[in-house]
Amino acid sequence: MRIPCPHCGERDVQEFSYLGDAGVVRPEGSDASIAAMHDYVHLRDNPAGPHRELWYHAAGCHAWLVVTRDTRTHAILSAESARAAGLARRVAVGAGEA
Amino acid sequence: MRYSAFAIVREALRGNRHWAPVWREPEPKPAYDIIIVGGGGHGLATAYYLAKEHGYANVAVLEKGYLGSGNVGRNTTIVRSNYLLPGNLPFYEWSMKLWEGLERDINYNAMVSQRGVLNLYHSDAQRDAFARRGNAMRLHGVDAELLGRDEVRRLVPFLDFENGRFPIQGGLRQPRGGTVRHDAVAWGYARAADRRGVDLIQNCEVTGLTIEAGRIVGVETTRGAIRAKKVGVAVAGSSSRVAAMAGLRLPIESHVLQAFASEALKPLIDTVVTFGAGHFYISQSDKGGLVFGGDIDGYNSYAWRGNLPIIEDVMECAMAIWPGLGRLRVLRHWGGLMDMSMDGSPIIDRTPIHGLFLNAGWCYGGFKATPASGWCFAHLIATGEPHPHAAAYRLDRFATGAVIDEKGAGAQPNLH
Ligand SMILES: Cc1cc2nc3c(=O)[nH]c(=O)nc-3n(C[C@H](O)[C@H](O)[C@H](O)COP(=O)(O)OP(=O)(O)OC[C@H]3O[C@@H](n4cnc5c(N)ncnc54)[C@H](O)[C@@H]3O)c2cc1C
Ligand SMILES: [Zn+2]
Repeated sequence: MRIPCPHCGERDVQEFSYLGDAGVVRPEGSDASIAAMHDYVHLRDNPAGPHRELWYHAAGCHAWLVVTRDTRTHAILSAESARAAGLARRVAVGAGEA
Repeated sequence: MRYSAFAIVREALRGNRHWAPVWREPEPKPAYDIIIVGGGGHGLATAYYLAKEHGYANVAVLEKGYLGSGNVGRNTTIVRSNYLLPGNLPFYEWSMKLWEGLERDINYNAMVSQRGVLNLYHSDAQRDAFARRGNAMRLHGVDAELLGRDEVRRLVPFLDFENGRFPIQGGLRQPRGGTVRHDAVAWGYARAADRRGVDLIQNCEVTGLTIEAGRIVGVETTRGAIRAKKVGVAVAGSSSRVAAMAGLRLPIESHVLQAFASEALKPLIDTVVTFGAGHFYISQSDKGGLVFGGDIDGYNSYAWRGNLPIIEDVMECAMAIWPGLGRLRVLRHWGGLMDMSMDGSPIIDRTPIHGLFLNAGWCYGGFKATPASGWCFAHLIATGEPHPHAAAYRLDRFATGAVIDEKGAGAQPNLH
Protein backbone atom coordinates (compact mmCIF):
# COMPACT_ATOMS: atom_id res chain seq x y z
CA MET A 1 0.00 0.00 0.00
CA ARG A 2 1.40 3.39 -1.01
CA ILE A 3 -0.16 6.72 -0.10
CA PRO A 4 0.15 9.68 -2.50
CA CYS A 5 1.00 12.47 -0.05
CA PRO A 6 0.03 15.82 -1.57
CA HIS A 7 3.33 17.26 -0.28
CA CYS A 8 5.82 14.41 -0.70
CA GLY A 9 4.44 12.29 -3.53
CA GLU A 10 3.67 8.56 -3.41
CA ARG A 11 5.27 6.98 -0.33
CA ASP A 12 5.21 3.58 1.40
CA VAL A 13 2.47 3.11 4.00
CA GLN A 14 5.19 2.42 6.57
CA GLU A 15 5.96 6.16 6.68
CA PHE A 16 2.46 6.94 7.94
CA SER A 17 0.51 6.28 11.10
CA TYR A 18 -3.22 5.75 11.20
CA LEU A 19 -5.82 7.43 13.37
CA GLY A 20 -9.16 6.30 11.93
CA ASP A 21 -12.40 7.60 10.46
CA ALA A 22 -12.01 11.22 9.31
CA GLY A 23 -15.76 11.77 9.38
CA VAL A 24 -16.23 11.88 13.15
CA VAL A 25 -16.53 15.42 14.50
CA ARG A 26 -15.93 16.35 18.12
CA PRO A 27 -19.08 17.95 19.55
CA GLU A 28 -18.61 21.66 20.23
CA GLY A 29 -18.49 23.01 23.75
CA SER A 30 -18.40 21.50 27.22
CA ASP A 31 -22.19 21.15 27.30
CA ALA A 32 -22.26 18.43 24.63
CA SER A 33 -24.52 15.58 25.70
CA ILE A 34 -23.08 12.24 26.87
CA ALA A 35 -24.80 10.62 23.93
CA ALA A 36 -23.07 12.96 21.47
CA MET A 37 -19.65 12.39 23.09
CA HIS A 38 -20.21 8.60 23.13
CA ASP A 39 -21.08 8.74 19.47
CA TYR A 40 -17.92 10.70 18.69
CA VAL A 41 -15.52 8.65 20.83
CA HIS A 42 -16.84 5.13 20.23
CA LEU A 43 -19.27 4.59 17.37
CA ARG A 44 -18.07 4.10 13.79
CA ASP A 45 -19.70 3.33 10.44
CA ASN A 46 -16.83 0.91 9.69
CA PRO A 47 -17.86 0.53 6.03
CA ALA A 48 -16.76 -2.17 3.59
CA GLY A 49 -15.94 0.16 0.68
CA PRO A 50 -14.65 3.72 0.37
CA HIS A 51 -13.58 5.10 3.77
CA ARG A 52 -12.36 8.64 4.52
CA GLU A 53 -9.64 8.30 7.14
CA LEU A 54 -6.88 10.26 8.86
CA TRP A 55 -3.22 9.37 8.29
CA TYR A 56 -0.18 11.23 9.66
CA HIS A 57 2.95 11.42 7.51
CA ALA A 58 5.34 10.81 10.41
CA ALA A 59 8.42 9.94 8.33
CA GLY A 60 7.76 12.71 5.82
CA CYS A 61 6.20 16.16 5.93
CA HIS A 62 4.50 15.69 9.34
CA ALA A 63 1.15 16.65 7.84
CA TRP A 64 -2.18 15.05 8.66
CA LEU A 65 -3.93 13.74 5.56
CA VAL A 66 -7.48 12.74 4.73
CA VAL A 67 -7.15 9.63 2.60
CA THR A 68 -10.08 7.98 0.86
CA ARG A 69 -9.38 4.25 0.57
CA ASP A 70 -11.48 1.24 -0.38
CA THR A 71 -11.36 -1.06 2.66
CA ARG A 72 -12.22 -4.09 0.48
CA THR A 73 -9.20 -3.72 -1.83
CA HIS A 74 -6.88 -1.18 -0.11
CA ALA A 75 -6.99 0.91 -3.31
CA ILE A 76 -6.32 4.57 -2.49
CA LEU A 77 -8.91 6.77 -4.18
CA SER A 78 -7.61 10.17 -3.08
CA ALA A 79 -5.39 11.93 -0.53
CA GLU A 80 -5.62 15.57 0.52
CA SER A 81 -4.24 17.61 3.37
CA ALA A 82 -6.43 17.37 6.47
CA ARG A 83 -6.08 21.10 6.96
CA ALA A 84 -7.62 21.79 3.58
CA ALA A 85 -10.34 19.20 4.25
CA GLY A 86 -11.03 20.74 7.68
CA LEU A 87 -11.23 24.26 6.30
CA ALA A 88 -13.59 23.08 3.59
CA ARG A 89 -15.80 21.45 6.22
CA ARG A 90 -15.75 24.56 8.37
CA VAL A 91 -16.90 26.63 5.40
CA ALA A 92 -19.65 24.09 4.74
CA VAL A 93 -21.04 24.03 8.31
CA GLY A 94 -19.77 27.48 9.35
CA ALA A 95 -22.40 29.44 7.45
CA GLY A 96 -24.96 28.85 10.19
CA GLU A 97 -22.46 29.39 13.01
CA ALA A 98 -21.03 32.76 12.03
CA MET B 1 -21.95 -42.26 14.10
CA ARG B 2 -20.09 -42.08 17.41
CA TYR B 3 -16.33 -41.80 17.03
CA SER B 4 -14.12 -44.14 19.04
CA ALA B 5 -11.05 -46.33 18.70
CA PHE B 6 -13.44 -49.25 18.24
CA ALA B 7 -15.19 -47.42 15.35
CA ILE B 8 -11.85 -46.85 13.59
CA VAL B 9 -11.05 -50.58 13.75
CA ARG B 10 -14.57 -51.62 12.76
CA GLU B 11 -14.69 -49.27 9.77
CA ALA B 12 -11.18 -50.24 8.71
CA LEU B 13 -12.25 -53.89 8.64
CA ARG B 14 -15.23 -52.87 6.48
CA GLY B 15 -12.92 -51.10 4.01
CA ASN B 16 -13.76 -47.61 5.27
CA ARG B 17 -16.82 -47.60 3.03
CA HIS B 18 -19.43 -46.91 5.72
CA TRP B 19 -18.35 -43.65 7.35
CA ALA B 20 -21.40 -41.39 7.44
CA PRO B 21 -21.16 -37.72 6.36
CA VAL B 22 -20.08 -35.64 9.34
CA TRP B 23 -23.21 -33.46 9.19
CA ARG B 24 -26.42 -33.18 7.15
CA GLU B 25 -26.84 -30.52 4.47
CA PRO B 26 -30.50 -29.54 4.97
CA GLU B 27 -32.50 -27.02 2.96
CA PRO B 28 -33.46 -24.01 5.10
CA LYS B 29 -36.89 -24.35 6.72
CA PRO B 30 -39.32 -21.41 6.44
CA ALA B 31 -39.03 -20.68 10.17
CA TYR B 32 -36.92 -21.47 13.23
CA ASP B 33 -37.12 -20.69 16.91
CA ILE B 34 -33.60 -19.30 16.82
CA ILE B 35 -31.29 -18.31 13.98
CA ILE B 36 -27.58 -17.83 14.52
CA VAL B 37 -25.89 -15.69 11.86
CA GLY B 38 -22.29 -16.79 11.25
CA GLY B 39 -20.90 -20.32 11.13
CA GLY B 40 -17.58 -19.57 12.81
CA GLY B 41 -16.49 -21.05 16.10
CA HIS B 42 -18.71 -18.81 18.17
CA GLY B 43 -21.86 -19.32 16.10
CA LEU B 44 -21.45 -23.10 16.01
CA ALA B 45 -20.67 -23.32 19.73
CA THR B 46 -23.71 -21.17 20.49
CA ALA B 47 -25.98 -23.45 18.47
CA TYR B 48 -24.53 -26.53 20.17
CA TYR B 49 -25.06 -25.18 23.70
CA LEU B 50 -28.55 -23.90 22.80
CA ALA B 51 -29.43 -27.49 21.90
CA LYS B 52 -27.53 -29.24 24.66
CA GLU B 53 -27.91 -26.92 27.65
CA HIS B 54 -31.25 -25.27 26.86
CA GLY B 55 -33.14 -27.95 24.93
CA TYR B 56 -33.63 -26.07 21.66
CA ALA B 57 -33.55 -28.19 18.52
CA ASN B 58 -35.34 -25.88 16.08
CA VAL B 59 -32.19 -23.81 15.50
CA ALA B 60 -30.33 -22.88 12.31
CA VAL B 61 -26.82 -21.56 11.77
CA LEU B 62 -26.61 -19.46 8.59
CA GLU B 63 -23.11 -19.18 7.11
CA LYS B 64 -22.36 -17.11 4.02
CA GLY B 65 -19.41 -19.28 2.93
CA TYR B 66 -18.48 -22.72 4.22
CA LEU B 67 -18.34 -23.62 7.91
CA GLY B 68 -15.08 -22.48 9.39
CA SER B 69 -14.12 -20.24 6.45
CA GLY B 70 -13.67 -17.23 8.73
CA ASN B 71 -11.29 -16.51 11.58
CA VAL B 72 -11.92 -19.82 13.31
CA GLY B 73 -9.89 -21.48 10.55
CA ARG B 74 -7.31 -18.69 10.29
CA ASN B 75 -6.04 -18.11 13.80
CA THR B 76 -2.78 -19.17 15.43
CA THR B 77 -4.64 -21.62 17.71
CA ILE B 78 -3.44 -20.25 21.05
CA VAL B 79 -5.69 -20.68 24.09
CA ARG B 80 -5.01 -19.16 27.51
CA SER B 81 -6.77 -17.35 30.35
CA ASN B 82 -3.96 -15.05 31.49
CA TYR B 83 -6.00 -11.87 31.73
CA LEU B 84 -5.78 -9.07 34.28
CA LEU B 85 -9.20 -7.48 34.74
CA PRO B 86 -12.14 -8.83 36.74
CA GLY B 87 -14.62 -8.63 33.81
CA ASN B 88 -12.35 -10.83 31.68
CA LEU B 89 -10.73 -13.35 34.03
CA PRO B 90 -13.75 -15.46 35.07
CA PHE B 91 -14.96 -15.59 31.47
CA TYR B 92 -11.67 -16.75 29.94
CA GLU B 93 -11.05 -19.20 32.77
CA TRP B 94 -14.49 -20.69 32.17
CA SER B 95 -13.49 -21.06 28.54
CA MET B 96 -10.29 -22.85 29.59
CA LYS B 97 -12.33 -25.24 31.74
CA LEU B 98 -14.63 -25.96 28.82
CA TRP B 99 -11.61 -26.64 26.56
CA GLU B 100 -10.38 -29.15 29.12
CA GLY B 101 -13.57 -31.21 28.79
CA LEU B 102 -14.49 -30.36 25.21
CA GLU B 103 -13.37 -33.44 23.32
CA ARG B 104 -15.32 -35.84 25.53
CA ASP B 105 -18.31 -33.55 25.44
CA ILE B 106 -18.52 -33.28 21.64
CA ASN B 107 -16.95 -36.70 20.85
CA TYR B 108 -14.39 -35.10 18.55
CA ASN B 109 -10.62 -34.91 18.62
CA ALA B 110 -9.86 -31.19 18.67
CA MET B 111 -6.22 -31.83 19.63
CA VAL B 112 -6.48 -29.76 22.80
CA SER B 113 -2.85 -29.50 23.87
CA GLN B 114 -2.08 -27.88 27.23
CA ARG B 115 1.56 -27.29 26.40
CA GLY B 116 1.74 -24.03 28.35
CA VAL B 117 1.94 -20.39 27.31
CA LEU B 118 5.11 -18.50 28.24
CA ASN B 119 5.09 -14.68 28.06
CA LEU B 120 8.66 -13.37 28.14
CA TYR B 121 9.62 -10.20 30.01
CA HIS B 122 12.63 -8.10 29.14
CA SER B 123 12.83 -5.37 31.79
CA ASP B 124 12.27 -4.81 35.50
CA ALA B 125 9.12 -2.81 34.81
CA GLN B 126 7.72 -5.55 32.64
CA ARG B 127 8.51 -8.15 35.31
CA ASP B 128 6.52 -6.10 37.82
CA ALA B 129 3.59 -5.81 35.43
CA PHE B 130 3.68 -9.56 34.79
CA ALA B 131 3.88 -10.28 38.54
CA ARG B 132 0.76 -8.19 38.99
CA ARG B 133 -1.01 -10.05 36.21
CA GLY B 134 0.07 -13.40 37.65
CA ASN B 135 -1.26 -12.38 41.06
CA ALA B 136 -4.59 -11.30 39.53
CA MET B 137 -4.80 -14.67 37.81
CA ARG B 138 -4.08 -16.63 40.99
CA LEU B 139 -6.62 -14.58 42.93
CA HIS B 140 -9.15 -15.77 40.36
CA GLY B 141 -8.05 -19.39 40.67
CA VAL B 142 -6.08 -19.41 37.42
CA ASP B 143 -2.67 -21.10 37.25
CA ALA B 144 0.29 -18.74 36.84
CA GLU B 145 4.04 -19.02 37.51
CA LEU B 146 6.53 -16.18 37.45
CA LEU B 147 9.80 -17.61 36.13
CA GLY B 148 13.33 -16.20 36.30
CA ARG B 149 15.79 -16.30 33.46
CA ASP B 150 17.31 -19.68 34.37
CA GLU B 151 13.93 -21.36 34.59
CA VAL B 152 13.01 -19.97 31.18
CA ARG B 153 16.36 -21.10 29.79
CA ARG B 154 15.61 -24.65 30.89
CA LEU B 155 12.30 -24.58 28.99
CA VAL B 156 13.44 -22.90 25.78
CA PRO B 157 17.25 -22.90 25.67
CA PHE B 158 17.44 -21.88 22.01
CA LEU B 159 16.15 -18.31 22.52
CA ASP B 160 18.49 -15.33 22.41
CA PHE B 161 18.88 -14.63 26.13
CA GLU B 162 21.76 -12.19 25.68
CA ASN B 163 20.07 -10.06 23.03
CA GLY B 164 21.63 -6.59 23.35
CA ARG B 165 18.40 -4.66 23.14
CA PHE B 166 15.86 -7.12 24.56
CA PRO B 167 17.64 -9.51 26.94
CA ILE B 168 15.27 -12.16 28.29
CA GLN B 169 14.91 -11.68 32.05
CA GLY B 170 12.21 -14.28 32.64
CA GLY B 171 8.60 -15.06 31.88
CA LEU B 172 5.07 -15.47 33.14
CA ARG B 173 3.83 -18.96 32.37
CA GLN B 174 0.35 -20.41 32.34
CA PRO B 175 0.93 -24.19 32.28
CA ARG B 176 -2.72 -24.95 31.39
CA GLY B 177 -2.63 -22.71 28.32
CA GLY B 178 -1.66 -24.14 24.94
CA THR B 179 -3.06 -24.76 21.50
CA VAL B 180 -6.16 -26.36 19.96
CA ARG B 181 -6.55 -27.50 16.36
CA HIS B 182 -8.69 -24.62 15.07
CA ASP B 183 -10.50 -26.32 12.15
CA ALA B 184 -11.35 -29.26 14.37
CA VAL B 185 -13.10 -26.89 16.76
CA ALA B 186 -15.38 -25.69 13.96
CA TRP B 187 -15.97 -29.21 12.64
CA GLY B 188 -16.44 -30.73 16.09
CA TYR B 189 -18.99 -28.17 17.25
CA ALA B 190 -20.73 -28.34 13.86
CA ARG B 191 -21.05 -32.11 14.04
CA ALA B 192 -22.19 -32.04 17.67
CA ALA B 193 -24.82 -29.36 16.94
CA ASP B 194 -26.04 -31.25 13.87
CA ARG B 195 -26.41 -34.44 15.92
CA ARG B 196 -28.74 -32.54 18.24
CA GLY B 197 -30.91 -31.40 15.33
CA VAL B 198 -29.44 -27.99 14.52
CA ASP B 199 -29.64 -27.13 10.80
CA LEU B 200 -26.28 -25.93 9.44
CA ILE B 201 -26.97 -23.92 6.29
CA GLN B 202 -23.88 -23.06 4.23
CA ASN B 203 -23.59 -20.64 1.31
CA CYS B 204 -26.40 -18.64 2.89
CA GLU B 205 -25.53 -14.99 3.39
CA VAL B 206 -27.80 -12.89 5.57
CA THR B 207 -28.58 -9.75 3.56
CA GLY B 208 -31.24 -8.16 5.76
CA LEU B 209 -32.75 -8.31 9.24
CA THR B 210 -36.53 -8.16 9.26
CA ILE B 211 -37.81 -5.99 12.09
CA GLU B 212 -41.46 -5.29 12.88
CA ALA B 213 -42.45 -2.85 15.63
CA GLY B 214 -39.00 -2.96 17.21
CA ARG B 215 -38.83 -6.76 17.26
CA ILE B 216 -36.85 -9.12 15.05
CA VAL B 217 -39.06 -11.52 13.13
CA GLY B 218 -36.66 -13.04 10.63
CA VAL B 219 -33.83 -12.57 8.17
CA GLU B 220 -33.43 -12.08 4.43
CA THR B 221 -30.82 -14.35 2.89
CA THR B 222 -29.35 -15.31 -0.47
CA ARG B 223 -31.44 -18.50 -0.08
CA GLY B 224 -34.69 -16.69 0.67
CA ALA B 225 -36.44 -15.19 3.69
CA ILE B 226 -36.46 -17.18 6.93
CA ARG B 227 -38.61 -16.34 9.94
CA ALA B 228 -37.26 -16.60 13.50
CA LYS B 229 -38.38 -15.70 17.00
CA LYS B 230 -34.84 -14.78 18.01
CA VAL B 231 -31.66 -14.02 16.09
CA GLY B 232 -28.10 -14.13 17.42
CA VAL B 233 -25.37 -12.43 15.38
CA ALA B 234 -21.84 -13.89 15.65
CA VAL B 235 -20.07 -12.71 12.50
CA ALA B 236 -16.74 -11.45 13.95
CA GLY B 237 -15.12 -9.07 11.40
CA SER B 238 -18.45 -8.48 9.64
CA SER B 239 -20.27 -7.34 12.80
CA SER B 240 -20.67 -3.69 11.75
CA ARG B 241 -22.10 -4.70 8.38
CA VAL B 242 -24.74 -7.00 9.84
CA ALA B 243 -25.56 -4.57 12.68
CA ALA B 244 -26.09 -1.86 10.07
CA MET B 245 -28.94 -3.99 8.66
CA ALA B 246 -30.75 -3.20 11.94
CA GLY B 247 -29.71 0.46 11.83
CA LEU B 248 -27.12 -0.01 14.60
CA ARG B 249 -23.63 1.53 14.72
CA LEU B 250 -21.14 -0.41 16.82
CA PRO B 251 -18.04 0.56 18.83
CA ILE B 252 -16.02 -1.59 16.41
CA GLU B 253 -13.55 -1.21 13.55
CA SER B 254 -12.65 -4.13 11.26
CA HIS B 255 -8.91 -4.68 10.88
CA VAL B 256 -6.74 -7.28 9.17
CA LEU B 257 -4.48 -9.63 11.15
CA GLN B 258 -1.91 -11.78 9.36
CA ALA B 259 -0.38 -15.10 10.39
CA PHE B 260 2.41 -17.31 9.07
CA ALA B 261 3.42 -20.97 8.87
CA SER B 262 6.90 -22.26 8.15
CA GLU B 263 7.94 -25.44 6.39
CA ALA B 264 7.53 -28.54 8.55
CA LEU B 265 10.28 -29.46 11.02
CA LYS B 266 10.89 -32.19 13.54
CA PRO B 267 9.62 -31.31 17.05
CA LEU B 268 11.46 -28.15 18.04
CA ILE B 269 9.41 -26.09 20.45
CA ASP B 270 6.99 -27.77 22.84
CA THR B 271 5.23 -24.71 24.27
CA VAL B 272 3.81 -21.36 23.16
CA VAL B 273 6.22 -18.43 23.52
CA THR B 274 5.38 -14.74 23.24
CA PHE B 275 7.92 -11.94 22.90
CA GLY B 276 7.47 -9.14 25.43
CA ALA B 277 9.38 -6.37 23.68
CA GLY B 278 7.36 -6.52 20.47
CA HIS B 279 4.20 -8.28 19.43
CA PHE B 280 5.12 -11.83 18.42
CA TYR B 281 3.95 -15.34 19.35
CA ILE B 282 5.06 -18.74 18.13
CA SER B 283 4.24 -22.41 18.54
CA GLN B 284 4.63 -25.59 16.50
CA SER B 285 1.73 -27.42 14.93
CA ASP B 286 1.48 -31.19 15.05
CA LYS B 287 2.30 -31.27 11.34
CA GLY B 288 5.63 -29.68 12.24
CA GLY B 289 5.22 -26.17 10.86
CA LEU B 290 6.01 -23.25 13.11
CA VAL B 291 2.91 -21.09 13.42
CA PHE B 292 3.48 -17.46 14.29
CA GLY B 293 2.12 -13.95 14.08
CA GLY B 294 2.25 -10.45 15.48
CA ASP B 295 0.36 -7.18 15.32
CA ILE B 296 -2.66 -6.23 13.29
CA ASP B 297 -1.87 -4.09 10.24
CA GLY B 298 -3.57 -1.16 11.97
CA TYR B 299 -6.02 0.31 9.45
CA ASN B 300 -9.65 -0.48 8.65
CA SER B 301 -9.82 -3.40 6.27
CA TYR B 302 -12.19 -5.98 4.82
CA ALA B 303 -9.59 -7.23 2.32
CA TRP B 304 -8.67 -10.54 4.04
CA ARG B 305 -5.02 -9.79 3.29
CA GLY B 306 -2.41 -7.45 4.69
CA ASN B 307 0.66 -5.53 3.65
CA LEU B 308 4.41 -6.01 3.75
CA PRO B 309 5.42 -3.71 6.66
CA ILE B 310 3.77 -6.02 9.21
CA ILE B 311 5.39 -9.05 7.62
CA GLU B 312 8.77 -7.35 8.04
CA ASP B 313 7.92 -6.40 11.63
CA VAL B 314 6.92 -9.98 12.51
CA MET B 315 10.12 -11.38 10.99
CA GLU B 316 12.22 -8.82 12.91
CA CYS B 317 10.53 -9.85 16.17
CA ALA B 318 11.19 -13.49 15.29
CA MET B 319 14.88 -12.82 14.75
CA ALA B 320 15.15 -10.77 17.96
CA ILE B 321 13.84 -13.60 20.09
CA TRP B 322 15.12 -16.66 18.17
CA PRO B 323 17.87 -15.99 15.59
CA GLY B 324 17.89 -19.64 14.50
CA LEU B 325 14.59 -19.00 12.72
CA GLY B 326 16.48 -17.06 10.06
CA ARG B 327 17.37 -20.33 8.35
CA LEU B 328 13.71 -21.29 7.88
CA ARG B 329 11.42 -20.67 4.97
CA VAL B 330 7.92 -19.30 5.39
CA LEU B 331 5.56 -21.64 3.61
CA ARG B 332 2.41 -19.55 3.59
CA HIS B 333 0.74 -16.57 5.18
CA TRP B 334 -2.81 -15.31 5.26
CA GLY B 335 -5.11 -12.75 6.86
CA GLY B 336 -8.36 -12.65 8.77
CA LEU B 337 -10.89 -9.94 9.65
CA MET B 338 -10.70 -8.72 13.23
CA ASP B 339 -13.68 -7.10 14.95
CA MET B 340 -11.58 -4.64 16.99
CA SER B 341 -13.63 -3.07 19.75
CA MET B 342 -12.98 0.33 21.31
CA ASP B 343 -11.70 -1.13 24.60
CA GLY B 344 -10.21 -4.37 23.29
CA SER B 345 -12.87 -6.52 25.01
CA PRO B 346 -15.87 -8.32 23.54
CA ILE B 347 -19.62 -7.69 23.59
CA ILE B 348 -22.18 -10.40 24.42
CA ASP B 349 -25.45 -8.60 24.91
CA ARG B 350 -28.97 -7.75 23.89
CA THR B 351 -29.49 -4.98 21.35
CA PRO B 352 -32.14 -2.24 21.28
CA ILE B 353 -34.11 -4.55 18.89
CA HIS B 354 -36.19 -7.12 20.80
CA GLY B 355 -35.03 -10.66 20.13
CA LEU B 356 -31.79 -9.57 18.40
CA PHE B 357 -28.60 -10.49 20.24
CA LEU B 358 -25.01 -9.51 19.53
CA ASN B 359 -21.74 -11.42 19.98
CA ALA B 360 -18.83 -9.31 18.68
CA GLY B 361 -15.66 -7.36 19.41
CA TRP B 362 -13.32 -10.36 19.78
CA CYS B 363 -10.31 -8.51 18.42
CA TYR B 364 -7.44 -10.92 17.70
CA GLY B 365 -8.12 -13.12 20.73
CA GLY B 366 -11.51 -14.73 20.26
CA PHE B 367 -10.43 -18.27 19.42
CA LYS B 368 -9.61 -19.11 23.03
CA ALA B 369 -13.03 -17.70 23.93
CA THR B 370 -14.97 -19.99 21.59
CA PRO B 371 -16.45 -22.42 24.16
CA ALA B 372 -17.33 -19.78 26.78
CA SER B 373 -18.62 -17.39 24.14
CA GLY B 374 -20.97 -20.06 22.82
CA TRP B 375 -21.95 -21.07 26.34
CA CYS B 376 -22.74 -17.51 27.49
CA PHE B 377 -24.35 -16.40 24.23
CA ALA B 378 -26.63 -19.45 24.29
CA HIS B 379 -27.56 -18.62 27.88
CA LEU B 380 -28.36 -15.02 26.94
CA ILE B 381 -30.47 -15.99 23.91
CA ALA B 382 -32.32 -18.77 25.73
CA THR B 383 -33.03 -16.95 29.00
CA GLY B 384 -32.89 -13.29 27.96
CA GLU B 385 -30.47 -12.66 30.83
CA PRO B 386 -26.68 -12.34 30.62
CA HIS B 387 -24.65 -15.25 31.95
CA PRO B 388 -22.77 -14.16 35.12
CA HIS B 389 -19.38 -14.86 33.49
CA ALA B 390 -20.18 -12.50 30.61
CA ALA B 391 -22.17 -9.92 32.51
CA ALA B 392 -19.51 -7.24 32.00
CA TYR B 393 -19.60 -7.57 28.20
CA ARG B 394 -22.40 -5.06 27.81
CA LEU B 395 -22.98 -3.03 24.69
CA ASP B 396 -23.74 0.09 26.73
CA ARG B 397 -20.48 -0.01 28.71
CA PHE B 398 -18.89 2.46 26.32
CA ALA B 399 -21.59 5.04 27.06
CA THR B 400 -21.56 4.41 30.82
CA GLY B 401 -17.76 4.35 31.11
CA ALA B 402 -17.56 0.76 32.44
CA VAL B 403 -15.06 -0.22 29.74
CA ILE B 404 -12.74 -3.23 30.13
CA ASP B 405 -9.46 -1.97 28.73
CA GLU B 406 -6.71 -4.54 29.49
CA LYS B 407 -4.05 -2.39 27.85
CA GLY B 408 -5.29 0.99 29.04
CA ALA B 409 -4.97 2.22 25.47
CA GLY B 410 -8.27 4.10 25.19
CA ALA B 411 -10.78 4.16 22.35
CA GLN B 412 -8.23 3.53 19.60
CA PRO B 413 -8.79 0.03 18.16
CA ASN B 414 -5.40 -0.29 16.47
CA LEU B 415 -3.66 0.09 19.84
CA HIS B 416 -5.42 -2.85 21.54
C1 LIG C 1 -4.44 -14.51 11.84
C2 LIG C 1 -5.26 -14.65 13.08
C3 LIG C 1 -4.67 -15.16 14.24
C4 LIG C 1 -5.43 -15.30 15.41
N1 LIG C 1 -4.86 -15.89 16.50
C5 LIG C 1 -5.61 -16.14 17.61
C6 LIG C 1 -5.07 -16.88 18.69
O1 LIG C 1 -3.91 -17.37 18.64
N2 LIG C 1 -5.83 -17.06 19.80
C7 LIG C 1 -7.09 -16.56 19.88
O2 LIG C 1 -7.72 -16.73 20.91
N3 LIG C 1 -7.66 -15.90 18.84
C8 LIG C 1 -6.94 -15.67 17.71
N4 LIG C 1 -7.52 -15.02 16.63
C9 LIG C 1 -8.88 -14.47 16.75
C10 LIG C 1 -9.99 -15.50 16.55
O3 LIG C 1 -9.69 -16.29 15.42
C11 LIG C 1 -11.33 -14.78 16.36
O4 LIG C 1 -11.52 -13.82 17.39
C12 LIG C 1 -12.51 -15.75 16.41
O5 LIG C 1 -12.30 -16.85 15.56
C13 LIG C 1 -13.79 -15.01 16.00
O6 LIG C 1 -14.96 -15.78 16.20
P1 LIG C 1 -15.55 -16.80 15.10
O7 LIG C 1 -14.75 -18.04 15.13
O8 LIG C 1 -16.98 -16.96 15.36
O9 LIG C 1 -15.29 -15.96 13.76
P2 LIG C 1 -15.37 -16.41 12.24
O10 LIG C 1 -14.80 -17.77 12.04
O11 LIG C 1 -14.80 -15.29 11.44
O12 LIG C 1 -16.93 -16.54 12.02
C14 LIG C 1 -17.78 -15.53 11.53
C15 LIG C 1 -18.54 -16.12 10.36
O13 LIG C 1 -19.60 -15.25 9.99
C16 LIG C 1 -19.78 -15.38 8.60
N5 LIG C 1 -20.55 -14.23 8.11
C17 LIG C 1 -20.16 -12.94 8.02
N6 LIG C 1 -21.15 -12.18 7.53
C18 LIG C 1 -22.20 -13.01 7.30
C19 LIG C 1 -23.52 -12.81 6.79
N7 LIG C 1 -23.95 -11.60 6.41
N8 LIG C 1 -24.34 -13.90 6.70
C20 LIG C 1 -23.91 -15.13 7.09
N9 LIG C 1 -22.67 -15.36 7.57
C21 LIG C 1 -21.83 -14.32 7.68
C22 LIG C 1 -18.36 -15.44 8.06
O14 LIG C 1 -18.32 -16.01 6.77
C23 LIG C 1 -17.66 -16.29 9.12
O15 LIG C 1 -17.61 -17.66 8.77
C24 LIG C 1 -6.79 -14.87 15.43
C25 LIG C 1 -7.37 -14.36 14.27
C26 LIG C 1 -6.63 -14.28 13.09
C27 LIG C 1 -7.28 -13.78 11.83
ZN1 LIG D 1 4.11 14.06 3.24
